[in-house]
Amino acid sequence: MSNIPADLKYVASHEWIRLESDGTVTVGITDFAQDQLGDVVFVELPEVDSEVTADQDIAVVESVKAASDIYAPLAGKIIAVNDDLADAPEKVNEDPYGDAWFFKMELADAADLDKLLDADGYAAACE
Amino acid sequence: MGKKTPLYDCHLDAGGKIVDFGGWDMPIHYGSQIQEHNAVREAAGMFDVSHMTIVDVRGPDAKAYLQKLLANDVDKLKETGKALYTGMLNNDGGVIDDLIVYRMDGWFRTVVNCATREKDLEWMTAHTKGFDISLTERPEMAMIAVQGPEALGMVQKVRPEAANLIDSLKVFQGLPQQGWFYARTGYTGEDGLEIMIPKEDAADFWQQLSEAGVQPCGLGARDTLRLEAGMNLYGNDMDESVSPLIAGMGWTVAWEPAGRDFIGRAALEAEKAAGIAMKQVGLVLETRGVMRSHQKVVVEGAGEGEVTSGTFSPTLQYSIAIARVPAATGDTAQVDLRGKLTDVRVIKLPFVRNGQKQF
Repeated sequence: MSNIPADLKYVASHEWIRLESDGTVTVGITDFAQDQLGDVVFVELPEVDSEVTADQDIAVVESVKAASDIYAPLAGKIIAVNDDLADAPEKVNEDPYGDAWFFKMELADAADLDKLLDADGYAAACE
Repeated sequence: MGKKTPLYDCHLDAGGKIVDFGGWDMPIHYGSQIQEHNAVREAAGMFDVSHMTIVDVRGPDAKAYLQKLLANDVDKLKETGKALYTGMLNNDGGVIDDLIVYRMDGWFRTVVNCATREKDLEWMTAHTKGFDISLTERPEMAMIAVQGPEALGMVQKVRPEAANLIDSLKVFQGLPQQGWFYARTGYTGEDGLEIMIPKEDAADFWQQLSEAGVQPCGLGARDTLRLEAGMNLYGNDMDESVSPLIAGMGWTVAWEPAGRDFIGRAALEAEKAAGIAMKQVGLVLETRGVMRSHQKVVVEGAGEGEVTSGTFSPTLQYSIAIARVPAATGDTAQVDLRGKLTDVRVIKLPFVRNGQKQF
């Protein structure tokens, strides 16, 4: 069974979202998603400072098996991306909730966080 | 729930992720496809290929029957155990399946794909008319491929009684011993064996190989290995709508003797006379991105083609593909990668043999 940490938020398209103490969020893909993809070989990240809308496809993860779009979970601005993934895409398989975060965002509206799934809701979405 | 090979429980014990493959429950990987791939290039890996279909052809007309049925000529098999790769064509010259034929002691053994089993058997049976032969499937056999530079040594360690026989095997030759059949063939571009054994012996043998250090490998690694080796996958790189002449299988068509009237011959001769429009090549993308099957290939001044198999190459660390392109294609082309035309190099297959880059 895949690992779904209780302290994170999720969207059904298999991204996780962590609210940081300064109000920004960090986004990655879930353990379930990396397991479905298999060995990840390339990650293409969004531009820093780009404005994104919720559900916009802004990144791509390519595994040996398939290419998969990564969506902005909420509207906002990209404030950082994890450049380490360019050289070490395998981290997405090894540590999806830690070293393999994809990008950080400043949310357009913090109230949007209420739209996200909690761990139980995401677990149900994976079934 | 699909069909299960005699090694199904071994796959679960080894942590295999099971997927449906042509109606069979087979392992796609046991954790990391890339590690499994590398084990075969650097040491030894093993694959459960028991889902493949073994059909034995016996009887006084066995040779004449196969000379009619197959585009390659079994008369080339001059000694017992020698093997031949061939297409089985329809009347239009399309590929019904690709298979291996072994010459046995007075009879022949064929190994065909699992996904094509029903139509193959139907076709083979339909063309027995006028030939005194029998076709016998061998579902009581399991098949394990052990592949890699250390593969032969590993099998010899686990099966010392077969050590001499294995030493004597030439490439593309197989020989029986006490109900087992050892063939020096494979689908990886490395040295190795494909071993057909009674299914009740399969799990113990698998376990012994595993304890000796042979890496269990799933269908995922099997696909990246064969693609690096430039070997076709039926259903991807060719099918009934594709002639062997445009699918990189021209070398498997035995034109001589000219009087051998194999099924599909007339269509291939007509195709050759009219000029062969397409060819099979390898594509190399040294920048980011992964080529995938069905992507469009654009060749300036020559027309369009299609990626038939594409992947990330674990050995080369970038994307490679097998493609069907216009015959006039030169050294470069472009592939439509998710809406973006991207420059790629065109090379002659294969990409990798015996662990080494070939282009």
